Amino acid sequence: MPDTRPSFARGLIYVVVTLLAAAYLVPLVVVVLNSLRTAEEIAQTSMIGWPIRWAFQNYTAAWADYCIAQTCTGIRPYMLNSALVTLPATILSTLLGAVAGYAISLWRFRGDTWIFALVTLGVFLPEQMRLIPWTIVLRDVGLTNTLSGLVMIHTIQGLSFTTLFCRNYYVAIPQDLMKAAKIDGAGFFRIFHRIVLPLSPPILIVTVIWQFTHIWNEFLYGVTFTTGTQQPVTAALIALSASVADVPQHGVQSAAVVVAALPTLLVYLFGGRYFVRGLTAGAVK
Amino acid sequence: MSALVIRDLHKRFGATDVLKGINLDIDNGDFTVLVGPSGCGKSTLLNIIAGLETASSGEIEIDGRVVNAIPPKDRDIAMVFQTYALYPSMTVRQNITFGMECRNVPKPRQAAALERVAKLLQIEPLLARKPAQLSGGQRQRVAMGRALVRDPKLFLFDEPLSNLDAKLRVEMRMEIKQLHARIGASIVYVTHDQIEAMTMATRIAVMYQGEIQQFADPDTIYNRPANLFVARFMGAPPMNPIPARLEVEAGRPMVVVGDIRLPAPPTISADWRGKPVILGIRPECIAEPSRQFGDGATPGLTITAPVEMTEPTGAETIVVMRLGGAKVLGRVAPDIRLAIGALANFAVDARKLCLFDPKTERLIA
Repeated sequence: MPDTRPSFARGLIYVVVTLLAAAYLVPLVVVVLNSLRTAEEIAQTSMIGWPIRWAFQNYTAAWADYCIAQTCTGIRPYMLNSALVTLPATILSTLLGAVAGYAISLWRFRGDTWIFALVTLGVFLPEQMRLIPWTIVLRDVGLTNTLSGLVMIHTIQGLSFTTLFCRNYYVAIPQDLMKAAKIDGAGFFRIFHRIVLPLSPPILIVTVIWQFTHIWNEFLYGVTFTTGTQQPVTAALIALSASVADVPQHGVQSAAVVVAALPTLLVYLFGGRYFVRGLTAGAVK
Repeated sequence: MSALVIRDLHKRFGATDVLKGINLDIDNGDFTVLVGPSGCGKSTLLNIIAGLETASSGEIEIDGRVVNAIPPKDRDIAMVFQTYALYPSMTVRQNITFGMECRNVPKPRQAAALERVAKLLQIEPLLARKPAQLSGGQRQRVAMGRALVRDPKLFLFDEPLSNLDAKLRVEMRMEIKQLHARIGASIVYVTHDQIEAMTMATRIAVMYQGEIQQFADPDTIYNRPANLFVARFMGAPPMNPIPARLEVEAGRPMVVVGDIRLPAPPTISADWRGKPVILGIRPECIAEPSRQFGDGATPGLTITAPVEMTEPTGAETIVVMRLGGAKVLGRVAPDIRLAIGALANFAVDARKLCLFDPKTERLIA
């Protein structure tokens, strides 16, 4: 018979875990609550509190007509900017990473381990270190202050992660499969397209979720390389909070933050389990 | 014409010589088995034949054409792998037709070839399934189907039965042999299992440490092993190597083991008189005294030896005895009961004695 009595140690673990979880959730709760309170209410009472009057108008204001740096369009155009950067960069970096990971793991060539080491080095380089090189590159290719420039940066930067993920997943594909395909007469891209790609959904889901979350939440490049109407929403939010008004508009600002965080929250809620599953999945059962 | 010729093939990985000058000439329609312990280079050799690895030096010729510089797909070969290597996301049908698809074979011809092979291997009901939905034996069949559909000049098998359980392995062994008899294809088959080699091959190449020790038909490999390695590797239990001495008695060469004297093979050179030799004798050549070997034309020969142990296998009983200081195995009928520790008489098949040079371990007679 297993011991089913709740032990003291077990109870203690639950208490500690619950407290930690609560502490972690406090900022989210505060922001969500403030997004539903009016500016006056927040100013008169405190930053932390339950809404007395529900101020849903904060959301419409944040979305469509709040002023950010003298343009009164709400965060809608910046959300669109973020989407226009995140979606292509996510798809491109995932596809290129899959091809690169496939080449490195299944087509051994001279120097392949060195190339892999160099590519994954990008995972560990701090963002700040890359700011000046990217500034020069953007200037030289004429993409300064454009969404395309951000797409390019995120695609290339993302390759480090996507290549690492895909390579580690593809090494589990048996070499015999490659040999059989070569004898059958399939080349590099046919093997990728017909044999490797159909095995890839678990890891592609992982890289898509990872890339989407990171690119959407990315702030430093957005604020450094773009200004005004070209900014992604993360950069625009700062401008929003910095705008000087008579009364600090904490309610509207909070609503804007919640809306800006929504895409990644949804990705987490709906894709989280595939993420965990994909990370632990093998290529061939 | 030769289906496959290999001339002085070497393969080096850095400082290690994996293949040290392989020469093979395989006739059309031959079922050649490359057999040897793991690490002997047999799989590397097969991969080089397939074009999946490159030789350091030497020449490979398939169907009269030097193929060293030709990629695998254009060598007109097909290969069956130990892991089957079926494409997991494709159905059985797609697995079999994938090669034809890559070579742009027209659809109607693909369908006809698929039908022919599916019928031959009786896998028609499986065509719509994925590999994960097949049993080991079924996967094996599909893997063979993928090879057969190409109708190549040369089939390569890389330990195709190693992943099957014992019973299925025996069944598939017979099937592959029958298949070979039916389609008459040229096959190079790699295995570490000497029974597979003996049962299926028309020619066996025994490999060890990157060299071919002997290349001959199964009968010769078994009865006239070129050296002690082949003698020990082929046969289970293996041939008994017994330290002995060659003497001459009344003008006839005799092998002397302790106080036992056996007539030496007449082909033994006179140079060996009075010198130590290794006597090789198969366990089945030592049996109960009533046994008649061959057609009974040669008079029986009986020896006496102490019994150390018996191992009844059901079909026969393995006897461990001592001959001139060496431990020797014999095989007697299962109903024979032998007392452990006591002396017993055994009949010896003197026609099949082999003699080896103790230094070079080569067959001398």
